Amino acid sequence: MEIGDLTIKDIASRVKRNEISANEVAKFYIEQIHMKDPLINAFLYVDEDGVIKRAKELDNLKNKKGLLFGVPIAIKDNMNVKGLQATAGSKILRGYIAPYDATVVQKIKDEGGIIIGKTNLDEFAMGSSTENSAFFPTRNPLNVEYVPGGSSGGSASAVSAGLSKAGLGSDTGGSVRQPAAFCGVVGMKPTYGRVSRYGLIAFGSSLDVIGPLTKTVEDSAVMLNVIAGFDAKDETTAKVEKEDFTDSLGKEIRGLKVGVIKEIADFNVQSEIMQSLKVSYSKLEQLGAEIIEVSLPHLKYALPTYYIVAPSEASANLARFDGVRYGLEGEGENIKEFYEDSRTKGFGSEVKRRILIGTFALSAGYYDAYYVKAAKVRRAIEGDFESAFSKVSSIILPTTPTTPFKFGEKKSPLDMYMSDIFTIPVSLAGLPAISVPIGKDNKGFRVGIQLIAKWFDEATLLRVAYALENY
Amino acid sequence: MYKPTIGLEIHVQLSTKSKIFCGCSTEFAQEPNTQVCPVCIGLPGVLPVLNEKVVEYGTKLAVALNMTINKYSNFYRKNYFYPDLPKGYQITQYSIPLGSEGFLEIHGNIGNQKVRILRGHIEEDSGKSMHSGDITESEFSFIDFNRSGIPLMEIVTYPDMETPDQAYEFLVLLRSIVRYLGVSSGDMEKGAMRCDVNVSVSKDNTMGTKVEIKNLNSFKSVKKALEYEIARQIEVLEKGERIVQETRHFDEHDGTTKPMRTKEELNDYRYFPEPDIPPLSISDEYVASIKREIPELPHKKEERLISEFGISKDYSRSISYSQKLAEYFEDVVSFAGHPKEVSNFLMVNVVAFMNDKGVEIDEVNFDKHKFKELLDLIDQKVISGNIAKEVIDESLVSGKSPKQIVEEKGLTQITDEDAIKNAVLEAINENPTPLNQYLGGKKQVYGFFVGVVMKKTKNKANPDLLNKILMEELNKLSS
Ligand SMILES: [Zn+2]
Repeated sequence: MEIGDLTIKDIASRVKRNEISANEVAKFYIEQIHMKDPLINAFLYVDEDGVIKRAKELDNLKNKKGLLFGVPIAIKDNMNVKGLQATAGSKILRGYIAPYDATVVQKIKDEGGIIIGKTNLDEFAMGSSTENSAFFPTRNPLNVEYVPGGSSGGSASAVSAGLSKAGLGSDTGGSVRQPAAFCGVVGMKPTYGRVSRYGLIAFGSSLDVIGPLTKTVEDSAVMLNVIAGFDAKDETTAKVEKEDFTDSLGKEIRGLKVGVIKEIADFNVQSEIMQSLKVSYSKLEQLGAEIIEVSLPHLKYALPTYYIVAPSEASANLARFDGVRYGLEGEGENIKEFYEDSRTKGFGSEVKRRILIGTFALSAGYYDAYYVKAAKVRRAIEGDFESAFSKVSSIILPTTPTTPFKFGEKKSPLDMYMSDIFTIPVSLAGLPAISVPIGKDNKGFRVGIQLIAKWFDEATLLRVAYALENY
Repeated sequence: MYKPTIGLEIHVQLSTKSKIFCGCSTEFAQEPNTQVCPVCIGLPGVLPVLNEKVVEYGTKLAVALNMTINKYSNFYRKNYFYPDLPKGYQITQYSIPLGSEGFLEIHGNIGNQKVRILRGHIEEDSGKSMHSGDITESEFSFIDFNRSGIPLMEIVTYPDMETPDQAYEFLVLLRSIVRYLGVSSGDMEKGAMRCDVNVSVSKDNTMGTKVEIKNLNSFKSVKKALEYEIARQIEVLEKGERIVQETRHFDEHDGTTKPMRTKEELNDYRYFPEPDIPPLSISDEYVASIKREIPELPHKKEERLISEFGISKDYSRSISYSQKLAEYFEDVVSFAGHPKEVSNFLMVNVVAFMNDKGVEIDEVNFDKHKFKELLDLIDQKVISGNIAKEVIDESLVSGKSPKQIVEEKGLTQITDEDAIKNAVLEAINENPTPLNQYLGGKKQVYGFFVGVVMKKTKNKANPDLLNKILMEELNKLSS
């Protein structure tokens, strides 16, 4: 069996048993990157020297342990890895070197994982195609004329193309799940508060969740085992008991109630995706699950709500990029001009658009009409999910309304925003969700089907996803 | 008659060991940018974690100021751009502060006055900008982030004060309270207490136009600025002109207030709830436990010392407002009694010595044993009260015990009636003119003879005996 076909568990256990060296694994992936990445552009930075050094260190350890022992992991470039760049895909942070490890990165290192490099993204995770990267777009490995999705397009395409065993992305409104769907891999957004955000460059702080991109649901569960947990450095992480998320994999789903959303009919969804959704229903039913219709009456307000909440938070989160302490330094006769020049040169147009939207929404005289109203609608959407989950233990819906589009195809921002129409409501509610590739479209792209579970019930989420994946 | 209306906004630096949202030290006067970490300089990806001690100190202060502690309070982001504000926003409390609706009763010369407090909330301090020369012409600036993230409690009063003295008194009492609680050094000169004032004047019950004054770096500045500003506003109104609602800057050098030179644009801070910090929930039990930790506060102690020991109002206040002095006083009195005498010696001699040497009471070498020795010497009529003052002053300087000083210097009081009588007779015989005046009815000449006798006995004559004998001898002559 080729290294690329092994699961995370396989690699870790073989390296630990000295059946294969971490160095061999590392070299294999570095070689894959050399071969394929020039075409895909998944990585902004590959830490070749660091990878080989780390692999040798691992090989020299007498006591080999860790869930990710010798496993290469790609990290989205909006997470801090000590000593490596952290650009968030923005010119304003070009050349910025992180002085500390994000909590998730520390956890990966603690489990013997190897950080292989930093992956491309839409600038500050704002986008759905990686076209907003300040450096270059990433291509979809399944067809390089198409976008890989975004904003975690770099990590998704790296995993899809076999350039890394797994990747971390961040998901604010679908930025893990949507590129997973486009690249035909598994992408999970855990419950808000399940995974520490410390070291993740913030976009929408009340929405941002770090999640894994993997080839399989099992790998996703292993990654969650590694990155989950309360963190004293992040007050929004929950103190919940540690569990082994691989335990629920393979358990039968007979008798589980799976919800299908009544309001899906109101949306314009590509027919092949609807087809895959129906196939999924029948698979679940054949496995003994019960399909029940649930209603999310406020679903249609999710997109506008999100585009108030996320930009509002972003407008403050991005204020620190002023050129004073680090990052791109502008010029100016006085401090105001200096700020303006630094930020004008440093930020791309989508980032500027969202800063402006957020600044406007929070302004005196508009705050109540926009931010406060959006916060109320957000509670209503949460309430919709809460009542749905009184009837079912998971919900199934498409990850995206369409399969991948071509570069430059989405002309208006709104067109692009529509790409996240099914992932955004879940983010607003803070629920765990996973995108699993099911079926194909007529161009050969996989269709991503999204499962959602109750808050902190990733166990059920992974159980149903695993059943669907392995049907 | 114009009536001023004054309100205060005070920032109290809470003296926790570490900063409000990170583990950095809060020590004062360190090398610039040595007490910083990724969190307090706003590096990408960091998150704030609320320091529990800040909540404890804030709650203590709020409770001491009779505020209601809100069961849930929340943090907001106050957005504005400034180089010493690393995140581009300040984390502060906004819609629901830690404490609401309190009051503080100040004892002024004009009687008690209740000053209501609107709110008390916790927040982070910014860094400090240092400019090369004048801010508007400065070529470059330095920023020190050591102060960034130092915890503050902002206390906002209602406009319940009417005179600069009351504002001064409020601040002095507040400083004493924060020191009693151990939640702040209260040093205004070091920036541990910062105060902005709002003041307006009006002839009737309507509120005048409010002016805010900033840059007040000492209690005296607050008073002076208010005095100047009130006079200025009255003058403007008398001329038939209007007060402009504005922020003015106090100029320490000429004691005037001037409109802020930098054109402050109308700032829209775009407050919104801080998503990184969950609402702060405070239980009744927690508040109760904090209440138990609050000591007797200075204004209460002031009243008690008067009623319990009968010491003077002025002394009681001076003693009570300094926790160390009050502790010392009560310790001495419980050991040696004589509260009035102790308060007298303490304020007249000991405090004068402390001020002179610039030392604190715990650095003074005059403990309760020495105090008792001194009081015993008076009780036993070994020395007079006057001599006692000499003894205590000497003891403060040399550290010798009062007994030793009395012995070495031969200060023992003369209680020998014959010796005193001799001195009295000498005094009378040597001063015929004053004697005639006295006998002629000028009774105030009596004091002159007391002085002469004291001089002759080198201040050592027992005052009671002296009086008795002098009176006897004078009476003999006049009859
Ligand atoms: Zn710090």
